[in-house]
Amino acid sequence: MWTILWNNRIQVAAVILFAVGFVTLLLHRNLIKKVIGLNIMDTAAYLFLTSIGYIQGRLSPVITEADTAAEHYVNPLPAGLVLTGIVVSVSVTAVMLALTIRIYRRYHTLNLDEIYRYVHDEMEGEK
Amino acid sequence: MNFCLNFPLFLIVLSLASAVICSVLNGKAARLTAICLAALSAVLNTVILFYTYRNNISIPYLMGHYPHPWGNELRISPMEALFSAAFSSILFLCLLGGTMQIRQKVQQDLSRYFYVMTCLIQAALLVLVYTNDIFTGYVFIEICTLSSCGILMIRKNGRSTLASVRYMIFSLIGSGLFMFGLIFMYNVTGELLMPNVRSAVRVLWESGRYRVPLLTSICLMTLGLGIKSGLFPFHIWMADTYGTAIPGASAVLSGLVSKGYIFFLVKLIYDVFDIRVFYASGVQNVLFVLGAVGIILGSVSAMRENNMPRMIAFSSAAQIGYIYMGIGISPGLGITAALFQILAHAATKPALFLASGVLTNAMGGAKKFRNLQGSGYVHIWGGISFTFEAFSMIGVPLTMGFMCKYLFGAAAFDASVTKLVLTLAVLSISTILNTIYFTRSVICIYRLPVAGDRTRERSQTSFIFAAAVFIAVNLFFGIFGKSFIDALGNCVTIF
Amino acid sequence: MKKFKEWLRNWDEDRFMFAEDKEMLEEEEESGGDSWRPMTISGLERQEFRLFTRAFPVMAGILALVMILFLLSAVLQLPAFGSADTPPAKSGTIRRYVEQGMQETGAVNIVAGVILDYRAFDTLGESHVLFAAAAAVFILLLFARDPQESPESKAILRSDPILRNTAKVLIPIIILFGSYVVFNGHLGPGGGFSGGAIIGSGLILYDMAFGPDRLNKILTLKSYRIIVLCALLFYSGAKCYSFYCGANGLETIFSPGTPGRIFSAGLILPLNIAVGVVVACTMYGFFALFTREQI
Repeated sequence: MWTILWNNRIQVAAVILFAVGFVTLLLHRNLIKKVIGLNIMDTAAYLFLTSIGYIQGRLSPVITEADTAAEHYVNPLPAGLVLTGIVVSVSVTAVMLALTIRIYRRYHTLNLDEIYRYVHDEMEGEK
Repeated sequence: MNFCLNFPLFLIVLSLASAVICSVLNGKAARLTAICLAALSAVLNTVILFYTYRNNISIPYLMGHYPHPWGNELRISPMEALFSAAFSSILFLCLLGGTMQIRQKVQQDLSRYFYVMTCLIQAALLVLVYTNDIFTGYVFIEICTLSSCGILMIRKNGRSTLASVRYMIFSLIGSGLFMFGLIFMYNVTGELLMPNVRSAVRVLWESGRYRVPLLTSICLMTLGLGIKSGLFPFHIWMADTYGTAIPGASAVLSGLVSKGYIFFLVKLIYDVFDIRVFYASGVQNVLFVLGAVGIILGSVSAMRENNMPRMIAFSSAAQIGYIYMGIGISPGLGITAALFQILAHAATKPALFLASGVLTNAMGGAKKFRNLQGSGYVHIWGGISFTFEAFSMIGVPLTMGFMCKYLFGAAAFDASVTKLVLTLAVLSISTILNTIYFTRSVICIYRLPVAGDRTRERSQTSFIFAAAVFIAVNLFFGIFGKSFIDALGNCVTIF
Repeated sequence: MKKFKEWLRNWDEDRFMFAEDKEMLEEEEESGGDSWRPMTISGLERQEFRLFTRAFPVMAGILALVMILFLLSAVLQLPAFGSADTPPAKSGTIRRYVEQGMQETGAVNIVAGVILDYRAFDTLGESHVLFAAAAAVFILLLFARDPQESPESKAILRSDPILRNTAKVLIPIIILFGSYVVFNGHLGPGGGFSGGAIIGSGLILYDMAFGPDRLNKILTLKSYRIIVLCALLFYSGAKCYSFYCGANGLETIFSPGTPGRIFSAGLILPLNIAVGVVVACTMYGFFALFTREQI
């Protein structure tokens, strides 16, 4: 078991990072740290995806004239998927940060529990 | 006539392009663009539906010059056409019926962005329904997340910003899990196109290789889409979200966005996980239990709520529980019932949200029941629409809601005895609970005397049109739904 | 151990209040300003709070552990890292992409060929994800001055001579390098997304060093919208045409050309430029909106 884990160490690292990021995003009360958790989670997913494409001893998929044998290059598909994924993660991070800015301006705190308390008070006054 | 197979491509690109165009138009022109786009999409998808159904067509459509497994693909079959036609026409009605509120509650210079977001939602829904590639699905799930968050936070008060933070967090957790499941799937099968993944999954399942990663992948993807669509323990974002958004937005979110995710999940179950593997994996039992618990607890929460939009939101959680329960019951009839429930709920809930929006408006923005007394007299059409849709939710005969409950009951007789007993118990308890809280709210909006001095309000023509169409469709499928359901069942078997 | 307990207790109490804001709040309190002020939480509620915050790290730890074990059990069975024997490496895609990709798409960089030709639909969606995010940030921050929100100390842009002179030297190089990356996307590592991000960072540096006024002569809100509109419409139009031709078995007018030349690879170069423009504008737009609520 330990040898398998050691051979797959990149995947193991990705899995641990994913779980850490997931829990931070789900349970942490601080909004900025939630965003950090989101980024850890996404990055872990991309690390995993990149590691799938890697094949020991092969070149990156920029073809040189002489050599077009498929056996000499790594899998180009995961790299393309990671590229797509990174843009997605940048976009959602930007939106989360914009939301955080607005929340912070209004409630002067980033702690979700306190914000809930204020919102609860606001709701009491509603019809 | 073969040309109409190109329509999905045109509609998807057109939706994306009109989202971009709307961002430079003013609010009015953007609104016109979005409404016309939804109508066009409804019409063209209906054409595809008739063409494919009559000729029994179910074919992949290349997106580019390269056949599978090298390029992206769409798949065009009656099922996809039916659901995208339904989603587009409901989006059209939501936009039409919610116009007034959007105009009132969205800042003038931001209203164009509302329509940008609805165009993006439409594009994302079309792709989620038509796509034949898991990774494309992931990308458009993210578009759906961002744009639905956009129409949620367009109302700029503290509560809706907080609700969108919550919605965003749960959506991101969901898409993160989905992404991770997708990576596992790619790692063990080496494919991304749905039919290829399915055949690889079948081979792997039979040989027993990579059993644990395969199961993990199925769990993660199901869980991710479940969180995003509001499966039971994760439904807590719903009340805040639907309770604070403008009615048009909550109609779109509850009626279309969460249904789009569920349809994508059903598609995954058939085309990726393989129906036999999925029902051998045991995940369906988890879905069944969570769905059943969600129905009961959602209804109980709805009963305890004294705020109208929040009550409808909790009832939404219960209705989504029905869909998952249907998926959990059995592959054939259970999934047919779940699909019909998706359609029925998508045709009912938006109308309820729109009606509650106009009733709230008629009483000067009051949302609590005690301030809504007599609102049914102030806004006649709002009252009628609310009452009818509430009866459909309860499951009064001649409505779609009754059809759904009948189908779930019928499907349960196919399954094991435990599931039969549980399903029937859940159905009866939830019907009682539904009756209690919806009847209470209907009585409330018709209770005299009208609070304060209210004159009767004139309804907007577009709202009347939307409400009337919603009622007519509901009645039509409630009365003549039998042959439609048979056709749906046939489509499920050739999915 | 005591320190650890202390740390547990303080886990969530750092509220990320920046020093300036605290000062500002204190000043406001002293001057008795009527702007919004955080309410104080009473002692009893504080106690309840503590209970939850103390339980939180334990819960989080347990959940994380369960998840790690669950996922590790899956990783144990996965194909070994870096071997040529994994299902993705054995599937037919890699062979076709590598051996015929250069003739079919004209791109020497196979990743560019994959994302802009073989799987172009994903990338079309991806650039619209960026657009959707930009629109969402616009909704949130454009001219966002809620009367209920407190006024905020305006960030003063310091005109630092060192920054300015360094920027003068660096910005042309950054922009040139970014353009190189965009234009060479089909020939080597790079492409619209990475190049666009580099150009965008150049624009951000310009903005920081010289203030927004000079950049605003060229890049206003209106021109920003028009540029993004043109780039995305070109993208959608071109891809719609090529998808349509592909699905109906028609020949496109774009040919792969001679692989290795700068003007080759059919649509990939123009698409890279369009993507680069969108990414650069969006990056700069995010920065401008985050710092001053307008472009």
